[in-house]
Amino acid sequence: MARQRLYPLADLEDIPGTKVFTAKRSREAYHLHKFCMSLMKAENRDEFRAGESAYLDKFKMTAEQKQGVLDRDLTRLIELGGNMYFLVKLASTDGLSAQKAVSTTSGMSAEEYAQMMLEGGRSPEGIRSIRGGN
Amino acid sequence: MARITGGIATSHVPAIGAAIDLGKTQDPYWKPVFDGYEYVKEWASKNTPDVVILFYNDHASALMLDIVPTFAMGFADSFQSADEGWGRRPVPVVHNHVDLAAHIAEQLVIDEFDITLINDMDVDHGCTVPLSLVFGQPEEWPCKVIPFAVNVSQFPTPSGERCWKLGEAIRNAVKTFPEDLNVQVWGTGGMSHQLHGSRAGLINEEWDRRFLDLLANDPDELIPITRLEYLRETGTEGIELIMWLAMRGALGYGVEEKHRFYRVPASNTAVGNVVYEAKSKE
Repeated sequence: MARQRLYPLADLEDIPGTKVFTAKRSREAYHLHKFCMSLMKAENRDEFRAGESAYLDKFKMTAEQKQGVLDRDLTRLIELGGNMYFLVKLASTDGLSAQKAVSTTSGMSAEEYAQMMLEGGRSPEGIRSIRGGN
Repeated sequence: MARITGGIATSHVPAIGAAIDLGKTQDPYWKPVFDGYEYVKEWASKNTPDVVILFYNDHASALMLDIVPTFAMGFADSFQSADEGWGRRPVPVVHNHVDLAAHIAEQLVIDEFDITLINDMDVDHGCTVPLSLVFGQPEEWPCKVIPFAVNVSQFPTPSGERCWKLGEAIRNAVKTFPEDLNVQVWGTGGMSHQLHGSRAGLINEEWDRRFLDLLANDPDELIPITRLEYLRETGTEGIELIMWLAMRGALGYGVEEKHRFYRVPASNTAVGNVVYEAKSKE
């Protein structure tokens, strides 16, 4: 018997500028995320800081994912399957707040982003659905 | 018999924990947030439970990578604060009530919630920030805590309805535990926020405030909200609010709302805090 869904799964891709973290994306980023979680130990953070490329080579990440880490390009890393809860461990290792890390993916400067939040955050108007344009 | 006497819901923003740990709660940015928590601190000091069942989500600290359980209950004797990339938070160790946790596990499976038990894990800000917000900075937490992790980060997550039913099942489980225990349920996370992309910083105050109204007075309206609606309306991380439904479901119908607080922003997030007392004495 065909099972009813409340909405088509493809609708998860219908939210503007948003990558919903799915099991499939999690799989793509598994080794990137393994690296991120390794930064939960102080000795690993020290080793990473002492030689980033050599440290990254210990993980079976793709070359693009390694480059994304070296560039601190969180937007690219999210395109490559990454999820902010893992990536924020890289930002924390760099001494960056979660707000600053998030702001780097928003297309705004950290200052503009912080000001937007102080003024009540980003309105959902017009960015709920690509298809609906609302 | 054990009984659920009250519930708390609160956001668990990591920067709030950092503000507490670094002594910044009276800074101009943070003071309005912490002022909103004065009530719950006072209430909790007069209504300290024996056990808190604390619904939270792990943020890639113990779960999410190698193992992604939908519902997982901490089953160790105790849980340390996790090192999330900047060292462990200087907070007390969380002590479990293993007998109650074992009883709940047994009852949940009878109710068709095939729960995962975790015998070794650290707890991250999702669990420790609510404890700090409610109990301050004591040498030891004043009660036992059963950490109950819900996957709200990796799709497929459970639905809001499933979380509500989980809460109901936990209520039934607690009621049948023979020891005389005062139990609270806490739902944590939310409110609206999104942590990546061109929608980062999304806050939906109107939606959040309606959620707060309905959670107290008409939660049936909230139960059918789809995961997609949470994502669209409250951001990819706003879906943490389904853990508030687990809390509310565990309180039974009819609560006395003792406190409601809403504030934007804390870091990337809309902060909410409610305190409910259960009307039913069962």
